[in-house]
Amino acid sequence: MSDTATARRLRFEIFRYNPEDEDSVPHTDVFELEETPFMTLYIALSQIREKQDPGLQFDFACRSAICGSCAMMVNGRPALACRTLTADLPESIQLYPLPTFKLIGDLSVDTGTWFREMAEKTEAWIHERLPFDPDATEERMSDDVAAAIYEGDRCIECGCCVASCGLANVDDTFLAGAGLNRVARFMMDPRDSRSDAEWFDIVAGDQGVFACIGMMACEDVCPKELPLLEVYAYLRRRTLGARFVAKSDRAV
Amino acid sequence: MTGRLVTTDVLIIGGGLAGERCAIEAAAAGHEAIILSLVPPRRSHSCAAQGGMQASLANCVKAAGDNPTVHFLDTVRGSDWGADQEVATIFAEEAPIAVRELAHFGVPWSRVRGGKNHYFIKGEEVDIDESLENDGLIGQRDFGGTAKWRACYAAAGTGHAALYAVDSEVVRLGITVRDRTEAVALIHDGSRCTGAVVRDLRNGSHFTVIAKATVIATGGYGRIYGQYTSNATINEGTGAAIALDTGVVPLGNMEAVQFHPTTLSPSGILVTEGCRGDGAYLLDKNGDRFMVELEPEKQELASRDVVSRHMQQRMRDGLGIDSPYGPHLWLDCRHLGEEHMRTKLLEVWDICRDFVGRNPAKDLIPVRPTQHYSMGGVRVNKDGQAYGLAGLFAVGEASCWDMHGFNRLGGNSLSETLVSGRIVGRRVAEYASGHALRADTGLAFAALADAERKAANWLARSGSGPNVYEIRDAMGETMMHKVGIFRNGDELQEAIAELGQLLDDCDNAVLRCKDPGVNPELAFALRLKGMLRLAMTVAKGALARTESRGAHYRSDYPLRNDKEWLSRTLVRWGAGDSEPTLSYEPTGIIDLPPGHRGYGSDERIEMTETLEKHNEDVLQEQTRHGRLASTEDMGSRLRRGAWKSATG
Repeated sequence: MSDTATARRLRFEIFRYNPEDEDSVPHTDVFELEETPFMTLYIALSQIREKQDPGLQFDFACRSAICGSCAMMVNGRPALACRTLTADLPESIQLYPLPTFKLIGDLSVDTGTWFREMAEKTEAWIHERLPFDPDATEERMSDDVAAAIYEGDRCIECGCCVASCGLANVDDTFLAGAGLNRVARFMMDPRDSRSDAEWFDIVAGDQGVFACIGMMACEDVCPKELPLLEVYAYLRRRTLGARFVAKSDRAV
Repeated sequence: MTGRLVTTDVLIIGGGLAGERCAIEAAAAGHEAIILSLVPPRRSHSCAAQGGMQASLANCVKAAGDNPTVHFLDTVRGSDWGADQEVATIFAEEAPIAVRELAHFGVPWSRVRGGKNHYFIKGEEVDIDESLENDGLIGQRDFGGTAKWRACYAAAGTGHAALYAVDSEVVRLGITVRDRTEAVALIHDGSRCTGAVVRDLRNGSHFTVIAKATVIATGGYGRIYGQYTSNATINEGTGAAIALDTGVVPLGNMEAVQFHPTTLSPSGILVTEGCRGDGAYLLDKNGDRFMVELEPEKQELASRDVVSRHMQQRMRDGLGIDSPYGPHLWLDCRHLGEEHMRTKLLEVWDICRDFVGRNPAKDLIPVRPTQHYSMGGVRVNKDGQAYGLAGLFAVGEASCWDMHGFNRLGGNSLSETLVSGRIVGRRVAEYASGHALRADTGLAFAALADAERKAANWLARSGSGPNVYEIRDAMGETMMHKVGIFRNGDELQEAIAELGQLLDDCDNAVLRCKDPGVNPELAFALRLKGMLRLAMTVAKGALARTESRGAHYRSDYPLRNDKEWLSRTLVRWGAGDSEPTLSYEPTGIIDLPPGHRGYGSDERIEMTETLEKHNEDVLQEQTRHGRLASTEDMGSRLRRGAWKSATG
């Protein structure tokens, strides 16, 4: 879009439903807006709420694609609204809330509860060997290992992968991309003392990596471009290793 | 739905790093803690801290010789002598523990690579052999205003990694988090705080939490600058506002507002100081690296207040690059190379690609200074205990503890959240152990009824009054343009008049949305008055402070004045008063005498009082202004004279 071109008139079709309003029924509303340079869906939705419909519910916090608040279905695909430039979309834009999460209202969904439950289910914290000693120097770690853990730690729990997952859409116990990635992040962390047998119980059941049906939409939609295919391969390898390889093998 | 009245030992308002770390300390001591958070806690603004967390671990060659005393020196100089020096001492001593504790919680800190490392330092390419002995220890990078490399980091996602690690500890301990809730009022009887009234942002209902101890950890108030801030949309200063509403708790140094030199133009999204720490340059429209001439010693790595002023002046002089959104300057990371940008500064790479369609390894990045950090906040003693109300604590950016004074150093806020979270959390736990729950339900339900009446009044008002979002936008314009980087008496007077008008407008504003449930317009309207009142305290404090110190710069009083202004502004807003009341207390016991910061102007009006005389009355004066007694005596943690032997 160049500054000199005639600005496009964008047409937003937005899902509406307020569960707190007895009179509300699920439907879509249409809003029109003149496109401006560098317009994102954050800017567009804010304008719609402030100038056209002050009741419109949606979530933004950081508006810089790091907090994971604003994932929604954009023309049928899960995406972070704050970093979606309208210039990359056609004039007609459909916005729906993410599936698989409980609806709070309009485009706002409850990802917090899902991710807290996932963290509790997978015990997504370091199972340390010793308590923290404030007087001790830190344990050493190679920078390569730190970088590998950081790669898995980059997930922002936006829920795009969960919403795009064929299995998570029909089975709400499936850990999905974000859950499996979280498990792998702790599994590869040498500070975590869990044994392969313990990992096996978390990863190998019906909710774990072998239940994945391999459509891999999760990797396609991940706004952080996490290498989920590699993550699942790592989980499978480690989990199978737990069955057939000596338990002392804890190489990363 | 939970009942209308919940009881707990410790109520923490805010689910960012400071609040969560504080909750961990309380829970570990056996107390029940409830965290309230506007958003799921991992979405708190702590996650946006990018480049680093300051702690004097001294593991790299360029960090050699660093220690808590040098860190203390840098922090006090950075604060332009506005900091409480005892708090800065405690902070610098405990920061290394906080960083190592995060490693224990799982943060994948970047580590020292023993052997040859390639760096950019002050425009030169340098190869440095890192010692093999330190291989695998936590690494450091350079940041602004520091004598040594001290910022520990995980790429440019340090806050994210820290927040996830700390939140995983919260989950492990089973601490209750009520996300999508907002404390809208404190419950108190004028001398003790016994909890808060809370609005549930899932359905618009209200409930009360009664607690032995209540902690405000709601972060900064950057959104009073409207769109001119790097802060998240949720940084509306709600905690400071409800403290101000009590009429008895003062806010400290509200006029001390930090502008970050490099935020993306036009969106204001942060681009970390770690870029300049790793060797990036600032360029004007002629491609001149102007900081080299203006600050020969620190260049691009002078403190944020100094760099932001030079940038703003550069643009005022017509040397900015014009854009439809006003002028900007360039941040040049090209020489750092793609591999560096996609590993050590990955988040900057993503942000440039997503928001301005640029590749920082090939393209210049458009940047300009924008509001970034609130040094001011709920005034507390060194235990985090709020002035004026027993049982109320504040921690992190929401507080004025006060280690930052009039300018915070980059990377010191992330450290503060964890260091103060540990320390204040311990004091909160002690307080909860030593006090019974005071379940004055009459007081609680009166506060609840008051909150519900406020919401009902908004919904009942009809007609054609002003629109809340227009009031917010007008506030932002006033604050950025008249209470911004350069301030003067005339413009501050205008700002105060404009904010007064906006406060009146707010009382007459009309909602267009009357929907039941959370009602986003109502949710914002309920915060708006508090934001305007905070804005007024900033403007009033700035007008009254007739000197320039740190981020508070008065063009009509350009010198730091240690003769008259070695003091902290306190502001209260009495019930029924039309405007806030200012008073002043000494900054704290001074050990490091006021001097030159090592960057910026060396001109100032010297202190005439002797240090001994100044220090004599500090405890008495602060107590007179509402300070409650701390567990340890004032000054007991100072290392008097230690700075004399520091190499920094």
